[in-house]
Amino acid sequence: MTQPRREVLQKLTPVLTKRWLSPDAWKIETYERLDGYAAVRKALDVHPDDLIQLIKDSGLRGRGGAGFPTGLKWGFIPQGDGKPHYLVINADEGEPGTCKDVPLMTYDPHSLVEGAIIASYAIRASRAFIYIRGEAVHAARRLRHAVKEAYAKGYLGQNILGSGFDLDLVVHSGAGAYICGEETALLDSLEGFRGQPRLRPPFPAVAGLYASPTVVNNVGTIASVPYIVLGGADWWKSMGTEKSSGPMIYSLSGRVANPGQYECGLGITLRELIELAGGMKPGHTLKFWTPGGSSTPLLTAEHIDTAMDFEGVSAAGSILGTTAMQIFSDQDCPVYATWRWLEFYHHESCGKCTPCREGNYWMVRTYRRILSGEGTYQDLDTLQDTADNIFGRSFCGLGDGAATPVVSTLKFFRQDYLDYIEGRTAPRLSAKTLVGAH
Amino acid sequence: MSETTVEFTPAAAPLAEKLLAPALEILDRYPAGRERSALLPLLHLVQTEEGYVSPAGVAFCAEILRINKAQVGAVATFYTMYKRKPTGDYLISVCTNTLCNVLGGQEVYDGLVEHLGVGHDQTTADGAITLEHAECLAACDYAPVVTVNYDYAIDEATPQAAVDLAEQLRRGERPVPSRGSRICSLKEMQFQLAGFADEREGAVADGRAGAPSLRGVSLAQEHGVAVANFTIDTPIPTTKPARDESAKAVKDAVRPSAAPAEPHHESKLASVARKAAGAVKAVVEKVEHRHSGEPVKAGDVKDPEVRAAEARNPDAATPGSGAASAGTRPQSGPVPSNAAEATATGDNAAAGDGKPAGDSERGESIVSDTNAAHRSNEQSTGKDNPGWQNAQRGSEETK
Repeated sequence: MTQPRREVLQKLTPVLTKRWLSPDAWKIETYERLDGYAAVRKALDVHPDDLIQLIKDSGLRGRGGAGFPTGLKWGFIPQGDGKPHYLVINADEGEPGTCKDVPLMTYDPHSLVEGAIIASYAIRASRAFIYIRGEAVHAARRLRHAVKEAYAKGYLGQNILGSGFDLDLVVHSGAGAYICGEETALLDSLEGFRGQPRLRPPFPAVAGLYASPTVVNNVGTIASVPYIVLGGADWWKSMGTEKSSGPMIYSLSGRVANPGQYECGLGITLRELIELAGGMKPGHTLKFWTPGGSSTPLLTAEHIDTAMDFEGVSAAGSILGTTAMQIFSDQDCPVYATWRWLEFYHHESCGKCTPCREGNYWMVRTYRRILSGEGTYQDLDTLQDTADNIFGRSFCGLGDGAATPVVSTLKFFRQDYLDYIEGRTAPRLSAKTLVGAH
Repeated sequence: MSETTVEFTPAAAPLAEKLLAPALEILDRYPAGRERSALLPLLHLVQTEEGYVSPAGVAFCAEILRINKAQVGAVATFYTMYKRKPTGDYLISVCTNTLCNVLGGQEVYDGLVEHLGVGHDQTTADGAITLEHAECLAACDYAPVVTVNYDYAIDEATPQAAVDLAEQLRRGERPVPSRGSRICSLKEMQFQLAGFADEREGAVADGRAGAPSLRGVSLAQEHGVAVANFTIDTPIPTTKPARDESAKAVKDAVRPSAAPAEPHHESKLASVARKAAGAVKAVVEKVEHRHSGEPVKAGDVKDPEVRAAEARNPDAATPGSGAASAGTRPQSGPVPSNAAEATATGDNAAAGDGKPAGDSERGESIVSDTNAAHRSNEQSTGKDNPGWQNAQRGSEETK
């Protein structure tokens, strides 16, 4: 394990993760001592439109994967329309590799509650929901506790801090469906239906929860808001790059010496992140990695100096996503990895649209055949063709996400596929898994 | 406030007796007319009694929400965490998604399968442990991960550690989990999933942050790295006075007794429910507005899919019609008490199961099916549902 150099250490920007070091930050007294709820007081003293402008000026972009400008999203909410507005926080963290929101909600839940109050005030919502992934039980426990404390202290409820602004915040646990991380599926789920995506338009900003104007934001996005309110847009922009401002929690997992959460300004490179993580695990050489979860096209060792911001990763042919960087080495097989992801997409496909439902079903079977040593050259064409028919033709991004590891491994690691087909690699699966594959 | 009788069928009555009070508390979290939002927490709630979503649990959810059992079943079978057969006292989940898998998660899972003699979603004969392989559990920096009742139990798991954990659980011990709260039973966990606080002393405080979560921030602290120029007094540029009319939010319709439910209310309901056991009549004043109104007759401007669904399920809006429930429902419910609320609710009917596939402008005219919001709209406007996008609105200024 190597020590990171000073200039690389300087790229760390502990902002959202800073309170995690205080073991009691989940308690409201500790949180208040650490600048907590100062942002709410400040925000309630200005007009909501000025808050929206502040967020626009900060250049904050959504932390849930798509990177949509947050201020713009808030600005889309029609005002004076006579309808109730809603804030829905997407805490359904389930993208393989992603593990930044659960620790945030567990170790610093009040920052999310505070962000929710400010965001709701800005968009004129009097009711907000945190849709938290069902499996994230400890985070939900801490979050519910935080909400209760915030009510008791008058940060939630009627006439918050004497401002005349009312807000009710409900923590709603999901029930184990990856698709509910898709914002319109999440809204359906929150309305008590199967979580299946809706056609857009109308977008949630016009007809979201209960067909009312709704902002759906990721946990990291909302938790960033209090810091911008406190430190100002210019301070926020002192981190990151021009088009991708601010800090980002990079989640490094896999074959690095010290996996974990590293909060750095957007635009850091994987080479620097690996250095922060103490280098690769001894005996491992970087082979492939996901820049932001398994739904983003894989990158390889040659992309190690790609700037990890929205633009840089796009230029490299992938997506920044949730900055969940799963790092695989020369001892990991990209074909096996892709198969396992596809089993996941196959299981989690909501069944609404045919390309995703059927495509994943058959791609999984094709992979099982290849990994059992029974693959043919035609299988590679079948996979490419199926993936091409899913990508861009499925109803929501989940289908696209399923196709990307297939397309990217076929592009970068065709030889690994051929090694199974031509018998140079020993089969990884037994023939009994082949039922149904023809 | 007038009282309405909620009829529970014999199938749902035993559960209603136990779960009515918490169920009503769950309903209170959502706006009036939007009670269907409570379905997911209600399904978690019924698992607290039986460990899975039983036919009785489906009936209970359907009857309290006034939707039909098929609608509940469709939702219950969609989500992984709703179990369809009885579960053990503890649920052990092993992540076998790609990253955990290549780091040894598959061996951990295979080891448990061999040791416990059960496969995915199966329960040991002694009823202690249900095993499952899970998809990404959002702790990849601790891979491979094992959870017990969804709380992180073993980080960087090995097959031996997992087997040891299972054995401890089987012996009735409650080992200390790696980062989750102290272990409870799966049924107790379901109560928390339904949205209730963990009342166990110290449970919220359990689970310190592990080293991986703190790696970046610890490194920064160790080397004195911080973000410069963070001044919390930085002024926010302002262009408008802090509060004017344009800064006000429009409220959605609040349920008659806004959350949190008053204790005396609850206990009254609970005692009423107890008395009603068997023959099943529970007085529920809090939910009456949802049940006001008669089934909508044909000839309205409903989406054909919705009408078809109702035709197939004529009883959709009247569960418990087997019992003599006719006549107990007010003919003209006073829907939400103030006009603005009524309009706001009516304007924005929730999407129903019969919502259009969304391939045309039909997608704009989302109508609900058996949902009371829809009926209340018709009552409040006194005419056919014109669709939310062109409905009359406007009385919100009177608030």
